Amino acid sequence: MILSVDGVEFSYNSRPVLRDIKFEVNRGEFFAILGNNGAGKSTLLKCLNTILKPQTGTILIEKENLFVLSRREVARRLGYVAQRYESTRFTVFDAVLLGRKPHIKWGTTARDLEIVRNVLGILGLDEFSLRYLDELSGGELQKVVIARALAQEPRVLLLDEPTSNLDLKNQFEVLKTVKRAVREQNIAAVVVMHDLNLALRFADKFLLLKNRTIFACGGMEVMTPENIAGVYGVPVAVERLANIPVIVPL
Amino acid sequence: MGQLAMENIPRSYLRYTRRKIFIIYLLVLLTALLGIYAINAGSAELSPAQVLLTLLGKAEGRLNIIIWNIRLPRILAAVTAGIGLSVAGCVMQNLLRNPLASPFTLGISQGAAFGAAVAIIALGAGSTHSTSADAVIINNPYLVTISAFVGAMATTLVVLFLAQVRGVTPEAMVLAGVALGSLFSAATIILQFFASDVQVASIVFWTFGDIGRASWRDLEIMAAVTGAALLYFMVNRWNYNALDGGEETAKGLGVDVERIRLTGMFVASLVTAVTVSFLGIIGFIGLVGPHMMRRVLGGDHRFLIPASSVMGGLLLLASDTLARTIVSPVVLPVGAITSFMGAPLFLYLLSRGYGKR
Repeated sequence: MILSVDGVEFSYNSRPVLRDIKFEVNRGEFFAILGNNGAGKSTLLKCLNTILKPQTGTILIEKENLFVLSRREVARRLGYVAQRYESTRFTVFDAVLLGRKPHIKWGTTARDLEIVRNVLGILGLDEFSLRYLDELSGGELQKVVIARALAQEPRVLLLDEPTSNLDLKNQFEVLKTVKRAVREQNIAAVVVMHDLNLALRFADKFLLLKNRTIFACGGMEVMTPENIAGVYGVPVAVERLANIPVIVPL
Repeated sequence: MGQLAMENIPRSYLRYTRRKIFIIYLLVLLTALLGIYAINAGSAELSPAQVLLTLLGKAEGRLNIIIWNIRLPRILAAVTAGIGLSVAGCVMQNLLRNPLASPFTLGISQGAAFGAAVAIIALGAGSTHSTSADAVIINNPYLVTISAFVGAMATTLVVLFLAQVRGVTPEAMVLAGVALGSLFSAATIILQFFASDVQVASIVFWTFGDIGRASWRDLEIMAAVTGAALLYFMVNRWNYNALDGGEETAKGLGVDVERIRLTGMFVASLVTAVTVSFLGIIGFIGLVGPHMMRRVLGGDHRFLIPASSVMGGLLLLASDTLARTIVSPVVLPVGAITSFMGAPLFLYLLSRGYGKR
C-alpha cells in the first residue's frame, strides 16, 4: 500500500463537497476516479495533494501523515498535473526541469539534467527539447506536463483529466506512458477520468464518486452496468469487443 | 559535474544556456561602454582618455569635480534605478500573472511619489526651492523613503486585493492602476499647491523624473536596497518559474504561492519606493526591460531576472544620455523619453492580445 485515505471530508465555506472518503492505492496501480461533473473528483485530487486541506480525515503516503509534511516535502512525494496549465515561453527542457524544483536547493545538478533527459526520452519528447511551449500542439503540451510530474520522481502521480484535450492517438499514447511508468518505477497513478472506455482499458482499480461520496470502489468487478447506471444515471451495457471490455450507453 | 554525466546531457541544451549567459554579459559590456560614453558626453568637452584617467584617479581638479561629483553619480543612479524598476516589473508580471504589470502601470510609482511628497512637504524631511536646479532638496532620505514605501504599499495592497477578486482581467487591473495613479498624482499636485515655495519645476520632478538629483548618499541607499531585492528575487527564481505554469501547478511543485506573492510584491514595492523618492516617477522601464528580454531569452527566471535587470539599467542610462544630449545644453526630463519608448510597446501588447506571452 502506497496511499491510504481514511474518513476524508471537505467543504467549501461550509458547503460540503466530499464526505466519508476512504480508499487505498497499491504500488504499481493505475487508479481511476470516475463520476459525473461536480461529483467532487477534482476536489478529491486536490485534497490528495494538500492544495485543499480536508477538514477531517487522514491521508497516509508510504505510512507518513501527509498533513504534517511541508509543501515541498509533499511535492517530493506526489506529482500533480492540473486540469489547466499555461503554455509559457519556456523550452520543453526547462519546463520539465521545473519538475526537479522540489529537489533543487540552489542550482541544478548533473543528476537533475540527467533525469530530465531520461524522462524526455520516455515520453518521446527528445526532438522537442529546445522548442518553446507556446509553439507546441495540445498533445505535445500534455506530454510535457506529465513529463514534468515524472521528473519530480514522485511516489504517486495525480493526474486531472490528462486526456481531455487530446485526439485518439494521443489519448492512448499518454495513458500508455503513464501505465508503463507506474509499472516500471513501481509507483502509483491516481487519475481523474471522464472516458469510461479509456478507464476500463487502462485502470486497475476504479473509484466511483456520486453525490460527494464513494458509490463503489474496487477492481473490474465494480464496473457493472448497475453501478455505472447508478452513478451516471444512464442505462448502459458492458460488453466485450475483440476481448476488450467496452461500455455502451443504451 | 562529472565528466561522464556531462556527456549524457544534450549538448544543444548546454549550448542554449551558454548563449543566454553570453547575451547577459554582452548587455553588461554594452552598459559599461555606454557609461563611459555618457561620462564623456555633455557640455564640458571631455575626451574618453581623460575620463579613463580620472576614473583611475590620475587627473587634475576640475575634471575630478565634474566626473566624480556630477557625471558619475548620475550615470550610476540611472543604471541602479533602471535595474530596480525593471526587475520589479519582471517580478510583478510573474506574481500577478499579468504581462501589463509594472510599477508605473499599476500606479505604485505614483503612490510612492505621493508618499515622498508628503514626507518632504508636510513632514519637513526636505525643502522646495525656487531655482529649477534645486527644486527639491531632501534632508532626511530615510523618512522620505519610508513615507514613499507607505504610499507604494498602499497601492500594492489595493492591487493585491483586486488580484484576489475573481474575474479581474489584466486590462481591468491596469485600468485600476490608472485610476490609482491619477488619484495619487492629483494628491501630489494639491500638496505642492499648499507648500510654501511652489514651483513648476518641482512638479515636473515628481511627474517625469530627473536622474541628475541623485547624490552619492542617495545612490548608496538605492544601491543597497536594489542589491538586496535582486538577491531576494534570485533566491526565488524557481518559485517564479513554477508560478509561470499557473497557480495550481506551482502549488503542486511545492510553492507556497500566497507567501511568495505577498513578499515578492512587498520587495518590488520597496525598490520602487526607493527609486521614486530620489528620482521621481520614471515610467515604462519596468514594462519594456522584461518584455524585451522575455522575447529574446524566454521566460526562465534564472536568466530573465538578471537579464531584465541589466536591460533596465542599459535602457534608463541610454534614455538619460539621450535626454541630456539631444537638445544640449537643455536637459529633458528622462521620464518623457522612457514614455516615448514604453507607450508604443504597451499599445502593442494590448493590440496583440495580452494572453500570449
